[in-house]
Amino acid sequence: MNAGSIPILSIMLAVPMLAAIACLFARAEMARIVALTATLFNLALGLWLWVSYDPAGQQWQFTESASLFGPIGWKLGIDGISLTLIMLSVFLMPICIGASWRSITTRVGEYMAAFLLMETLMIGVFAAQDLMLFYIFFEAGLIPMYLIIGIWGGAERIYASYKFFLYTLLGSVVMLIAMLWMIQFAGTADIPILLNTDFPVDAQKWLWLAFFASFAVKMPMWPVHTWLPDAHVQAPTAGSVILAGVLLKMGGYGFLRFSLPMFPEASANFIPLVFGLSMVAVVYTSLVALVQNDMKKLIAYSSVAHMAIVTVGLFTFNQQGIEGAIIVMLSHGLVSGALFLCVGVIYDRLHTREINRYGGLSINMPKYALLFMLFTMASVGLPGTSGFVGEFLSLAGAYKVSTWATLITTTGIILGAGYMLYLYRRIAFGAQVNADAAAMPDMDSREMWLLAPIAVAVIWMGVYPETFLAPIRRDVATIVARVERAAPAGDSKLKPNDPTTAKYRVGGHAQEKAAEGSQH
Amino acid sequence: MDLNASLYLVRPEAILSFSALALLLVAAWRSEAGRLVSILAVAALVGAGAYVVHFLCADTNALAFDGLFGNDAFGNFSKILIYVAAAISLMIAPRFLEQAGAMRAEYPVLILLAVTGMGIMVSATDLITLYIGLELNSLAAYVLASFVRSDGRSAEAGLKYFVLGALASGILLFGMSLLYGFTGSTSFAAIGTALDGEISLGMIFGIVFVLSGLAFKISAAPFHMWTPDVYEGAPTPVTAFFASAPKVAASALTIRVVIEAFGNEPMVWQQIIIVIALMSIIIGAVGAIGQQNLKRLMAYSSINNVGFILIGLAAGTEAGVAAMLVYLAIYVAMTLGGFICLMQLQDKEGGYRETFADIAGLSKTRPALAAAFAIFMFSLAGIPPLFGFWGKLVVFNAAVAAGLLPLAVIGIAASVIGAFYYLKVVKVMYFDEPADVIAAGNDKVLAWTGGILAAVNSPLGYFTIPVLGVVTAQAAKALF
Repeated sequence: MNAGSIPILSIMLAVPMLAAIACLFARAEMARIVALTATLFNLALGLWLWVSYDPAGQQWQFTESASLFGPIGWKLGIDGISLTLIMLSVFLMPICIGASWRSITTRVGEYMAAFLLMETLMIGVFAAQDLMLFYIFFEAGLIPMYLIIGIWGGAERIYASYKFFLYTLLGSVVMLIAMLWMIQFAGTADIPILLNTDFPVDAQKWLWLAFFASFAVKMPMWPVHTWLPDAHVQAPTAGSVILAGVLLKMGGYGFLRFSLPMFPEASANFIPLVFGLSMVAVVYTSLVALVQNDMKKLIAYSSVAHMAIVTVGLFTFNQQGIEGAIIVMLSHGLVSGALFLCVGVIYDRLHTREINRYGGLSINMPKYALLFMLFTMASVGLPGTSGFVGEFLSLAGAYKVSTWATLITTTGIILGAGYMLYLYRRIAFGAQVNADAAAMPDMDSREMWLLAPIAVAVIWMGVYPETFLAPIRRDVATIVARVERAAPAGDSKLKPNDPTTAKYRVGGHAQEKAAEGSQH
Repeated sequence: MDLNASLYLVRPEAILSFSALALLLVAAWRSEAGRLVSILAVAALVGAGAYVVHFLCADTNALAFDGLFGNDAFGNFSKILIYVAAAISLMIAPRFLEQAGAMRAEYPVLILLAVTGMGIMVSATDLITLYIGLELNSLAAYVLASFVRSDGRSAEAGLKYFVLGALASGILLFGMSLLYGFTGSTSFAAIGTALDGEISLGMIFGIVFVLSGLAFKISAAPFHMWTPDVYEGAPTPVTAFFASAPKVAASALTIRVVIEAFGNEPMVWQQIIIVIALMSIIIGAVGAIGQQNLKRLMAYSSINNVGFILIGLAAGTEAGVAAMLVYLAIYVAMTLGGFICLMQLQDKEGGYRETFADIAGLSKTRPALAAAFAIFMFSLAGIPPLFGFWGKLVVFNAAVAAGLLPLAVIGIAASVIGAFYYLKVVKVMYFDEPADVIAAGNDKVLAWTGGILAAVNSPLGYFTIPVLGVVTAQAAKALF
C-alpha cells in the first residue's frame, strides 16, 4: 500500500494526541506502556513515510488539505527537509519515553501525556503548510514544555520554566504580527504560495527582523540564548533531549523555511548581523562551556556553539552551506540528545550533575565510557561521525562567502574539542577519587537500548551521509535558486575554471573523468 | 411605522421585562423560592433567546419606535452572548448564595432586569434609549453587587460601584447633552450626519465625555479603578456575571456609538481608543502581577482583555467589529469558566477560598479542576492551541489590516506581560506543594458548566470558527 493514498501525516499527529489523552486517565505502568507503544507506532509510520518519500518526485508530498477551521487551513505536506526533521522527532521520542521509564515516578500519566503532546506539536510544526497552522503548532509547544520543566524539573525549575516560556513567547508574538501582514499582503496563508511571493524589499527588512526575533530565541543565538542553559539544566533528562534534539531545530527550520526563501534580499542584507552574532556565539559560549562544573550546563553551552555553526551555514546562500547546516541540525539533535542521556545515566545513579563528583568511570563502567566517548567525538566533529560531515559542509559553504567568519567559527571546533575532551577526561579517566562513583554499576540493557540506536545513526550519518543528503538535496537547491538573486558575492577569490583545482571541487571528479574521457 | 411592528421587534425585551415583573410577584409572596424563580428566569431567557435567534436567522434589520431602537444582526448577536452569560450566571449561583444565606428570589429577577437593560443598550440607536438601557442595567447591577448584605465586602462593593457608576453616568450624560446641543439631535444617525464635516470644540468635548463614560462601563483604563474592588467584594456568581454579560453589552454599545454616531470622524476618536486600549492592556497586565486574591486577578484580567477588544475598535473597520464580536464570544467563555473554577474552591468547612495560597498544589488534589483552570488561564493569555488565541489573532489581524502596525506590535508585546500572571496561576497549581485546603468537589452544575466551557476553550473550539466567522461578519455588516 502506498503512503500517498492515506492521510499519513494526520495519522502521525493523531496517534500521540489520542495516546496523550489516554495517558491522562491511565495509571503509571499503563501510561508508560501506552506512551511507548504510541511513539514506536509513530516511528514505524515515520519509517514508512521515509521509504515512501520520493526524492525526485513533487516538491511537496503527502499533501492534505481540509477547511475545518475557517481561515486556518488544515494543510499538511512535507518536503525533504521536513521529512528529515520529522524523522529526527519520531526517532528521539521512544528514546525519551524509555529514558523516563524509571526516573519519573510521580504523576507518570501527566508526564507521558505532555511528551506525547510535544510529539504531535513537533510533527505539526514540520508538516504544517498553512502559516497560521504553523504558528499554532510552533507556539503550542510552550505549554507542555513549561509543565515538563516546572513539574518534573530540578531545584531551580520554576525560574527556568518562566524564563523559557516568557523568552520564547516574547520572541514569537512579534512574528505573529509579521505573519498577519504577510497574509494580508499575499492574500493567502498557504506556505508554498508564500514561498514564491516577492515581498517588497522595504517590508522584507521588518518582516525578517520579526521572524528573526522568534527564531533567534528558539535557535538560540547569542545574546538571547540565556534561557537555554537554565531550561536544560533544570529539565528532566528526557526534557533536555527533546529540547536540544528537536525544539532548537525549529529555529533553524524557521530560518530555512521562512526567512531565507521568503525574504531573500533582507536575508542577504542581514548576513553581517547573523555572522557577527554567530562568531561571537561560537567563541564566547565555547569558552563558557570550558569552565562549567555542571555537565548539563556544559552541553547546553556547546549546543549554542553548534547552533551558531548552523546559522552560519544557513546564511551562506549556497548548496553546501545549507546542506551542511541541515546535517549539523540532525547530527546535533542526535548527539546532544545522546549526551544528555549519558548525563542522565550517571545522574540516575549519583543524583548530581557536578563533574568533580565523578572520575575514572572507564574502570567500573566500560560500556558507558565507550558510548560516551563516541558521542563526545561526534560532538567534537571527528571524521567518521555525523558531526564532521555537517560542520565540514557548512564551513566549506561559509568559506565562499566570508573567510573571516569561517576562520572564527572554525575555532569553535578546536574549542569544542577542548571542552568536550576535558569533560570526558574528568568523568571517564583519571583516578577513582569518589568511592560512590567508583561503585556505580555499568549500563543495564534498557540504557543500552536507548543509546545504541543513536550510536548507529551517528556513525551511519558520518560514514554514509548520502542517505540523509539525498532527500534534502533537491529542496535545498530550490531554496538556493530562490535566493540566488540576492546571494552575496563572497570574499574568497574562487577560480571556477582553473583546471588545477578542478578535482577538489564538488562534482570535480565527474568533470575530471569527463576531461580524461575526452583526452583518450 | 405602526406600533404593532415596533412591539414585534422588541419582543425579546418585552418577554424579559414581563417575566421579571411576574417573577417579582412570585418573589414577593414566596421569598424562599429562589431556585424555582431561577429556573423560570432561565426559561424566560431561553424564550427571549428563541426570538433573538429567529431575528438573527431572518437577518432582520429594522428600526422600531421611530428610530429609537434598532433590531439588527449586531444587536441580536450581542444579545445571544448576553443571554448565555446570564443563564450560566443564574445556574451557577443558587448553591453559592444559599451558603451565604442570601439565595432570595430577587437575585434572578435582578439579573433579568439587568439583561433587559443590556438588550436595550445593544439595540439603542438613540442617546436616550442608550441611557435608559444603561441605567436599567446599572441599577440592577448595584443591587446585585451588594446582594450578600451580611458581608461587609459585598456591601462596600455595591456602594463603591454605585457612587462611581453614578459619576460615570453623569459624565456620559454631560457628553450626551453637549452632543445634542451641538448636533441638534439625539439619534445616532443624525449625529453621524452632523459630525460629517467641520467639527466644533463642543462636539469634541461631547465625544470625549461620552467615550469616558463608556470606558468606565467597560472598565477600560484609566477608568478602571472600581473594577478590582467591586469584583473582589461582590459575591462570586455576581462577579462572574459582571465580568461577562455587562461587558458584552457595554462593549457592543461602545461599538455602536463609535461606528454609527462618530463613524465619520475617525480622526477624533481613533487616537482616544488607541490610548485607552494600550493603557488597559498594560495596566491590566502590570496591575495583576502583585495580586494575591484570585478575584482581583480576574478583575485585572478583564481590564486587560478590554484592551484587546478595543484594538478591534481602533481599527474602525467592518473586520475590526467582527473581530471584536469574536473576541467577546470567546472572552465570555474564558472568563465565566475562570469564575466557575474559582467558585469550586471550597475548603472542608464549606467556606469559599480565593487566594493563591489556597490553590497551591491543586493539581494533585483536584486534577480535573486544576486542568480546567489551567486551560482558562492559558486561553486568557492567548497561547495557542487554546481558543483564546483565536480571539487575539482576529483583533490583531484587523489592526494590521487597518494599517495600525505600531499598535499591534505594542499590544501583542504587552500581552507577554499578561502571560506572566496567568502562568503564575498554573505554576501555583502545578509546581507548588499541595496546601491541601480545598475539599473534594460535589457540585455537579459547576462541574458540568465548567467542563463544557473548558471544552470550548480547548482546541475543540476551533471547530466553531466557520460558524462564528459567518455570524460575526453578518453582525458587523449591520453597522456599516
